[in-house]
Amino acid sequence: MAQAVSPSKGMTFGEMGSALAFAALALLSIIIAAKAYTPGYAFHAYLFAAASVAAVFTIVNRYYERPLEPPPLTIGGKPNYNMGPVKFATIASVFWGIAGFTIGLLIALQLAFPALNFDTAWLSFGRMRPLHTSAVIFAFGGNVLIASSFYVVQRTCRARMVGDIAPWFVVLGYNFFIVIAGTGYLLGITQGKEYAEPEWYADLFLTIVWVTYFLVFLGTVMRRKEPHIYVANWFYLAFILTIAVLHLGNNAAIPVSIFSPKSYIVWSGVQDALVQWWYGHNAVGFFLTAGFLAIMYYFIPKRAERPVYSYRLSIIHFWSLIFMYIWAGPHHLHYTALPDWAQTLGMVFSVMLWMPSWGGMINGLMTLSGAWDKLRTDPVLRLMVVSVAFYGMATFEGPLMSVKAVNSLSHYTDWTIGHVHAGALGWVAYISFGAIYCLVPWLWNKKELYSMKAVSWHFWISTLGIVLYISSMWVAGILQGLMWRAYTSLGFLEYSFIETVEAMNPFYVIRALGGAFFVAGSLIMAWNVWKTISVGEAVEEAPQAMQPVLVAAE
Amino acid sequence: MSFWSRHKIFETNSIILIIGVLIVISIGGLVEIVPLFYLKSTIEKVEGVRPYTPLEMAGRNIYVREGCYNCHSQMIRPLRDEVERYGHYSLAAESMYDRPFQWGSKRTGPDLARLGNKYSDDWHKDHLKDPRAVVPGSIMPSYPWLENTELDAASIAQELKVQATLGVPYSDEMLKHAESDIRIQANADDPNTVDLAKRYPKAQSRTFDGNPQKVTEADALIAYLQMLGTQVDFKLYDNKANVR
Repeated sequence: MAQAVSPSKGMTFGEMGSALAFAALALLSIIIAAKAYTPGYAFHAYLFAAASVAAVFTIVNRYYERPLEPPPLTIGGKPNYNMGPVKFATIASVFWGIAGFTIGLLIALQLAFPALNFDTAWLSFGRMRPLHTSAVIFAFGGNVLIASSFYVVQRTCRARMVGDIAPWFVVLGYNFFIVIAGTGYLLGITQGKEYAEPEWYADLFLTIVWVTYFLVFLGTVMRRKEPHIYVANWFYLAFILTIAVLHLGNNAAIPVSIFSPKSYIVWSGVQDALVQWWYGHNAVGFFLTAGFLAIMYYFIPKRAERPVYSYRLSIIHFWSLIFMYIWAGPHHLHYTALPDWAQTLGMVFSVMLWMPSWGGMINGLMTLSGAWDKLRTDPVLRLMVVSVAFYGMATFEGPLMSVKAVNSLSHYTDWTIGHVHAGALGWVAYISFGAIYCLVPWLWNKKELYSMKAVSWHFWISTLGIVLYISSMWVAGILQGLMWRAYTSLGFLEYSFIETVEAMNPFYVIRALGGAFFVAGSLIMAWNVWKTISVGEAVEEAPQAMQPVLVAAE
Repeated sequence: MSFWSRHKIFETNSIILIIGVLIVISIGGLVEIVPLFYLKSTIEKVEGVRPYTPLEMAGRNIYVREGCYNCHSQMIRPLRDEVERYGHYSLAAESMYDRPFQWGSKRTGPDLARLGNKYSDDWHKDHLKDPRAVVPGSIMPSYPWLENTELDAASIAQELKVQATLGVPYSDEMLKHAESDIRIQANADDPNTVDLAKRYPKAQSRTFDGNPQKVTEADALIAYLQMLGTQVDFKLYDNKANVR
């Protein structure tokens, strides 16, 4: 076959190997689809088969189309960056962001108006809520992390990304995992562990994708032209590595059969509870914090055109942050059947965690010194600086809520939901928006974003949304916590449970309104990104090695 | 060589950086999690706690499938108002056969750890079908399809077997009768209910959804909800033996 194209052209080991692996996966998937216990699982097996066949086709087709030589590592002495997968993940993050925020709006409305569950299994709150959390954390956040890490690691190491098919496998495979996970929830396929709902086969596939991600990232770091590994890459490495450990630990399960989507977790009861929150809290600590701190460490200095404020502070807060986060999980289990000493340890470390968290915040904010005036003129930088401020606020509120006395009031209430969204909307989403607004012009060789005014609108509209969201949830949560423990003068519980539910209604409506503002902001972003790519003014001179094809043809 | 320049070894050597990160992130998890497999309060067995019957297990799987844990906790804290509202605080032993645990993290609806036998089967049936029919202010979704969907328990024996390999004490006899036990428990008139109760003490056998013609998902879910928190007899339980 190969001879037909060119006598000297042969498939590389990677092309041959991955094509064969996908062919085998396609075959296995078809067998599983034929014997699957449930229609939902058969549907997933067919999806796997279709995707594998498409992968084989794409790999072979790409082989015929590609030039004889692999793309050069450098062109004219400058690194020949591989930005295709970065572009894909950037667009995917915008798409998943809107999807995730919109589902969030729907479930917020369901709590205010239960008729919106439509008496339909796949639309009901219990299935939509994991869809929302996974879509925003793993689909939106994950794609931002993959896009930015692949961009940052290449630029800061001044080296082309390692691998030919591997980076594409990471990006496409990860998004395929998202599709499997999300459709699974709607079909009722779930492990029933918060933020780790995907079943065993999705977890297994994600493990392969994640190991590839780690190897591509590490390989690129090793190929670096700089002697030092830049601080953002420490955080990316810690994030990728720790998420792998957490994922394996928390999803250790035995499937009922290879033909069944169902599995049983090897941990049970109290042990499962702590493993779950060791995972759950560090998904916050490493996925939503370390990964996004890496984004902060590259994009804020770059955008502000200032060096990182303190190198020493970055060392201290890096090591102390990753050390302490791991201990904090038990604060999700205060006053439960978990032993007291473990709860206390979790609380103490959570309070201490305040310091390394603020170390990161200070390093981010102070990077602006000498450039604070840019906040007036650059709404993208404003988004990122406000995100760091929200990070500081959420990482103060977190330790506060981890104190057992406070937690006895706040736990199980909407205060927790408000706290999470202060971090998720204010910190994670805002730093992501900032990174996307930076990346799009850089990746598509545009001078600037299509509209800075639209960024400003996005900023103000979603800030209003966040304020409505978190303040309504503060009131709702504290009110509900107080109502649960209120006693009459005769010593009876003052409120029945349903009265405390009814009291939440106005706050649920306000929260949904805040969510609607946030969705509106993300739609403005999508429009701006689309306009920038389609009609934005191009940079006259191509930045270094952005157009390898032209140069290579000479 | 100053203290700060010693950090160079991590910054210039990716493998050493990785090893450093791995060591630093391992400590906390190991110190907190490993003892839970050895401490008395987390591995003690309490009189009355038994593995789920096949029908209860099938019901539990529906509970997980529908994501009930997103709004309901199953963990009563030892706080005055909670104990008065829900009952005795939860023991670790009461969820020792829970894979996964369903303690939950949010109470949009009330705690369910001791829901069993608080309401009638009819109430549950009506409530699942249309929560607002029995609790006007409720914001729970309706689950009308449960009582119309026949329970698919074809793989229940395999499911119990997997749990048996993980250490849940399902005997060979339990595994052998797994499929028939589903029908037995959903039918009060079945002559074998005595055998079922021998295998699973205090197992309640009856037509949970009021329809004796078929075993539905509502049968399984209500059977599960009606046993929640009923296994331990707290008149006999010695809480001094379980200092926490």
